[in-house]
Amino acid sequence: MRGQKNNATRLALPLWHLAQRFAPALFIGAAFAIMLFGRFDPATVERVRLVVTDVAAPILDAASQPLAAVNRGVDNVQAWLTLHDELDRLRDENERLRQWQAAARRLEAENASLRGLLNVRSDQPPSFISARVIADAGVPFVRTVLVNAGHRDGIRRGQAVMNADGLLGRVVEVGERSARILLLTDLNSRVPVTNLNSGLRGVLAGDNRERPQLAFLPNQMQVAVGDRIVTSGHGGVLPQGLPVGVVSGVDGVIRVQLLANSDQLEFVRIVRYDLPRLAPAGQEPAVND
Amino acid sequence: MADDRGSRLALRSRQATPSLIALVLILVSQLPLGITQVGLVMPPLALMAVFFWGIYRPDLLPLAAAFAIGLFQDLLTGGPPGLFAAVYVAVRAVMAQQRRSFVGRAFAIEWFGFGVVALTVTFASWAVTSAYFGRLLQPGLFLTQGLLSIALYPVLNWTMVRLRRAVSHI
Repeated sequence: MRGQKNNATRLALPLWHLAQRFAPALFIGAAFAIMLFGRFDPATVERVRLVVTDVAAPILDAASQPLAAVNRGVDNVQAWLTLHDELDRLRDENERLRQWQAAARRLEAENASLRGLLNVRSDQPPSFISARVIADAGVPFVRTVLVNAGHRDGIRRGQAVMNADGLLGRVVEVGERSARILLLTDLNSRVPVTNLNSGLRGVLAGDNRERPQLAFLPNQMQVAVGDRIVTSGHGGVLPQGLPVGVVSGVDGVIRVQLLANSDQLEFVRIVRYDLPRLAPAGQEPAVND
Repeated sequence: MADDRGSRLALRSRQATPSLIALVLILVSQLPLGITQVGLVMPPLALMAVFFWGIYRPDLLPLAAAFAIGLFQDLLTGGPPGLFAAVYVAVRAVMAQQRRSFVGRAFAIEWFGFGVVALTVTFASWAVTSAYFGRLLQPGLFLTQGLLSIALYPVLNWTMVRLRRAVSHI
């Protein structure tokens, strides 16, 4: 009995020492194995990621609320300091908008009568889900934010995310109570867009810089600084006509200044838009907003 | 009996302190602080915890814990899964081996050591991430991140020195 135990110790001890010695290498090897696995099977990694985000979401949600309050306080002070200039600017803007309102009313009436003549069936108007940004991966390689709404709130993968100014990005991962938004500036973001001024279509491609590129245009000559870019609705990913940005540079690479500033987001709107032909009857998520 | 349970609880909490600090730092680094507004990127705050506890109490931060902390960070930030798991294991292993060069020395030496580690990690994460995404990423933001973490180290160190004292009193 004693001899057996000694034998086992004699065998196990060197093995244990060996494992101890190579433990860092083993762990690092495992980490790289996970990385390779993630490269070839992103779906599994995404499932694990969603579990982790869902667990962290309530903590981040609670912790980000006082922070948002502080930010709002700072914004309030700033607003007080620039009250006069802001008032002048808003008066000007209001005057301009009144003119636009008149134009829009005229066009709306005209549109309605033309639609009536042609018997057009228009898309369902989109509805919105509001969510709060609870985490902002301030890392140099991804441009994503987490929001405190998920599958149970009706959020689905691929939905467009906006703020009051324009398109921010789209939903890429949906957990039960959290969702990850891929911002337009991210390296992996590709959104089909239309140039409102020329009617040409292209793809807005992020490259982790502040202003994404406008790529795959059929004719690069027909783009000018100041052209307005909206979503084209192609590929069935995003609804058509969401405001995106303005062309800001055309030499070499065409760059687009986004209308929505994603630097300090608090609330975002997620656009519920079900393409009629892609959402079979009976499978549509219940509307609860 | 109650005493026994109490002391066991104290031991557990002492053992878990470094890992808990690292986890809290990961969550803090994820909060929407709006620092991207000023062109900054959040440094990996947990790196500071792994570096610090790797020197002073490697026994309280085993390699498996460093691995799990790194993986949690990777999954939460959406970066290449495993990158920071590898980084934290490497930093913890190297620091535990080199701890004699830091323990009982001036803070400046420790800070310098952290600088070397942070810049190495910056370069490694840039290289691995570029390879992972199959594209050469801008090194500028990574460098900003590295320098910012060096600048922040004294603050985190000040906090953790106090926590370490509290832990050794339990």
